[in-house]
Amino acid sequence: MLRADGLGALDIERFWWILFGISAAVFAIVLGLMMVALARRHRPVPADEAAGKHPEDEPAWGGSFILFSGVVVPAIILAGTFGLTLHEMNVLSSPGHHAAMTITVTGHDWWWEARYPGGAITANEIHIPTGEVVRVRLLTADVIHSFWVPQLQTKTDMIPGRTNETWLETGQPGRYRGQCAQFCGLQHAHMIFYVVADPPDTFATWLAGQAQPAPPPTGALATAGEQIFTTQTCAGCHAIRGTSAAARIGPDLTHIASRQTIGAGVLDNTAGNLAAWITDPQHAKPGADMPPTDLTPDQVQALVAYLQTLN
Amino acid sequence: MATVHDATSSSSPSLEEMWGEPQGLGSWLSTVDHKRIGMKYLVTAMVFLVAGGVESLIMRAQLAQPNLHLISPEVYNQLFTMHGVTMMFLFATPVLSGFGNYLVPLMIGARDMAFPRLNAFGYWVFLASGIFLYSAFLTGHVPDAGWFNYVPLSGPRFAPGINIDFYALGLIFVAISTTAGAINFIVTILKMRAPGMSINRIPIFVWGELAMSFSIVFALPTLTVACVLLELERKFGFHFFDAGHGGDPLLWQHLFWIFGHPEVYIIILPALGMVSALIPTFTGRRMVGYIWIVIAEMATALIGFGVWTHHMFTTGLPQVAISFVALSSFFIAIPSGVQIFAWIATLIAGRPRLKTPMLFVLGFLLVFVIGGLSGVMFAAVPFDQQVHDSYFVIAHFHYVMVGGLLFPLFGALYYWLPKMTGRMMGEGLGKWSFWTMFAGFNVCFFPMHVMGILGQPRRTYTYQAGLGWTGPNLISTIGAFLLGLGIALTFWNWVWSRWHGAPAGNDPWGGDTLEWATTSPPPEYNFETIPTVASLEPTWDQPNLRDGAQPPEAGGRPLLGGHLTLSTSLLDGTPRAVVFMPHATLAPVIASLGLLVGFWGVVFGAWLLAGVGATVFAGGMIDWFWPRHQTQET
Ligand code: HEM
Ligand SMILES: [Cu+2]
Repeated sequence: MLRADGLGALDIERFWWILFGISAAVFAIVLGLMMVALARRHRPVPADEAAGKHPEDEPAWGGSFILFSGVVVPAIILAGTFGLTLHEMNVLSSPGHHAAMTITVTGHDWWWEARYPGGAITANEIHIPTGEVVRVRLLTADVIHSFWVPQLQTKTDMIPGRTNETWLETGQPGRYRGQCAQFCGLQHAHMIFYVVADPPDTFATWLAGQAQPAPPPTGALATAGEQIFTTQTCAGCHAIRGTSAAARIGPDLTHIASRQTIGAGVLDNTAGNLAAWITDPQHAKPGADMPPTDLTPDQVQALVAYLQTLN
Repeated sequence: MATVHDATSSSSPSLEEMWGEPQGLGSWLSTVDHKRIGMKYLVTAMVFLVAGGVESLIMRAQLAQPNLHLISPEVYNQLFTMHGVTMMFLFATPVLSGFGNYLVPLMIGARDMAFPRLNAFGYWVFLASGIFLYSAFLTGHVPDAGWFNYVPLSGPRFAPGINIDFYALGLIFVAISTTAGAINFIVTILKMRAPGMSINRIPIFVWGELAMSFSIVFALPTLTVACVLLELERKFGFHFFDAGHGGDPLLWQHLFWIFGHPEVYIIILPALGMVSALIPTFTGRRMVGYIWIVIAEMATALIGFGVWTHHMFTTGLPQVAISFVALSSFFIAIPSGVQIFAWIATLIAGRPRLKTPMLFVLGFLLVFVIGGLSGVMFAAVPFDQQVHDSYFVIAHFHYVMVGGLLFPLFGALYYWLPKMTGRMMGEGLGKWSFWTMFAGFNVCFFPMHVMGILGQPRRTYTYQAGLGWTGPNLISTIGAFLLGLGIALTFWNWVWSRWHGAPAGNDPWGGDTLEWATTSPPPEYNFETIPTVASLEPTWDQPNLRDGAQPPEAGGRPLLGGHLTLSTSLLDGTPRAVVFMPHATLAPVIASLGLLVGFWGVVFGAWLLAGVGATVFAGGMIDWFWPRHQTQET
């Protein structure tokens, strides 16, 4: 949230500094009063108290002190903060109403799927244009997850049977890290994604490219890779648009080579990591819903070569 | 009134003969003495504190650096779940029942709790449910969906093992104990106070136990209902929480937090009561604003039932609904503010003596204020939506729970243990323990605010490097071990004092409430004569109260006619009846054992075993309620 770049997060960062200021002041006052009490403990003891008597009366200022500092002042501060809160709630909810585009994000154990208008489907990487409000519809395929990109926006839960909404907006091109915030089981810690903000024209090009089906592979190795992909277990869970692989259990891999990470942020998208992941996903991400494969190293090599053509 | 007089004047066996319990190891099974039961609660709860603490240290070790593999993700998830469950249900609530059990009858001048056997039963069920929950470790199926156990993650589809059954049944089990204890406190506090202890002379700690008990009675049933629904769904295929079949996962969240938020106050209110008990003693000054504090405690308990939805600000509930909850969440801060400034007023009016218990109180004040302030921030909805379920939350509630509970509790330990054992704890070691705990606590939990604001979600078994999280995590881990060391120092002090502590005498601190008017440790019957109270600070104002034997001329009632104590009226504490108290019995421990076996039967689906358990339980109950004439035998 600190290092905020999105409209929503920036707003909250300002709000946080106000809250922090008030809190620091209150804490300083309490600490100061405690110091006063400690300093005053050395004052002389009246004779009757020295003899073990305990003063009978309440100090005259006691009641009004409690009323003033325990009720009146806090009530004023709290009422003010409540007013600010309502204001902020209003600010944060309004941009969502005039969004230029809607992206549907679905949480899965333990990865993210994003669907765009025009048919593009990506996993664990969500692209948005800068300078525009993007509405995000939030669904879940299994348990409760929570969509959180701290530098851009507050979090919103994805709950079975419900459709929640949030929005993203940033003027800064960049790559923003997001992570599931609601405990969702074994690999909750590795349910990571990135939001990539690009200038509108770059974004438009990207989106058009992602909507395309995968081109047929060229070269013997990659062609063999496609063959392995569609005939082995891979196609039981994954889809590559333009091939016969059309399952929707795991992430859509049509343009996997254009992504920067695999395994929902766990590994960088390199040939070596791809090979390691395909051979045994359980090593990098124990419990992930992808089984290890018993492919030969040659087959893995062909697969990787194929996947790397999928730009 | 006539009956009271008759009973007190008949000459009969001595109090020792009437109240003396069998001694020896076995007698700890059958005792119904509130002091021994209180001690058992205290020690058992501390054992669970150690268990929960070890779990948290393993977690912190795993998080000391990014991408460590000390433990597997499964184990990590089990550890934070068991840590939360242990700390909330097996440590915090019972430890306060323990102190309350020991102290409430003494503070109100009674000879025991209203229902001594129910009291014993409460303890045994607590122990049994703790054993039940921890037996999950032996089976390898440890609850792993967090202490609030959200569905559908904890439902039959995503948690097919018996892990979650241990959780749901365990909480139903421990609720039996907590509820029994709460009812006992309510009746004891309302009906068993010494003559003259009108409602405006009830010590604030006792008020805290009363507020806690009422909250328990109203809040706990929703948790039990939620757990029963969950078990129906898990074991019998119902669909309360299953969105695919017309259920709603948010129902669980509502039910859980309708209980869960008051639970926070269930823990905090008696702890704040401890603070209010210590401050007059260590300032030599009557509490400024007694009425304010009492009203504030009650108001907190009440408003605490109207803020549960602030745990659900990110679930997409309607804005209007949310803003009402935000309002009540802001205003629940006011009663806490009232108490804080009443304490400060007393500190300023009096002369703080910096003994170990007082250090814990002052440390508590600073830490609790920070926890309260970050709590208020959560009422600011958009901020909550940003840091919810991040480490900022972990920081916040540990400032409230460790600051608000553990510090007062350790202060209370140094303060009251001499009353319980007759020996002082070491002052020097106490101060070392305090400063280590205070430093360790802040080093451990303050950086978590930063981690949360930097975006680290809670309940993650590891994290990536290069995010700015590594430094704060390492610092936090170091602090956790320091905190653990500080806690260990006090435990060592406790053990040491058992043999080497200086004799405490009746009133080592110059306390103001009735427990200081009897010997340390107090005799089975607490007071030789049940005192007549004429002040909120009786031990300060009534010199005739010394040695637990207020002379009859001053109003002390020996009540020699049997195993007797006095029942008085609710508002002004006038004597109403003499109550016969039951003797030691094995029925509660047998009944609890039956329950334990029964719950094991249910969790494993071994219905025969469950039947055996139910039979043993019934046997215990029949023995318990079998009509006997012992109450009239005097
Ligand atoms: C003894 C010192 C303590 C340490 C070092 C400690 C540490 C921790 C840590 C590191 C977590 C977060 C785990 C995660 O999110 O992955 C945690 C969670 C928690 N702690 Fe503590 N804690 C301590 C004492 C307490 C006490 C005294 C209480 C309550 C009375 C408490 C109640 C909780 C609860 C309810 C959770 C949440 C569990 C969950 O997420 O389900 N802790 N603690
Ligand atoms: Cu998730």
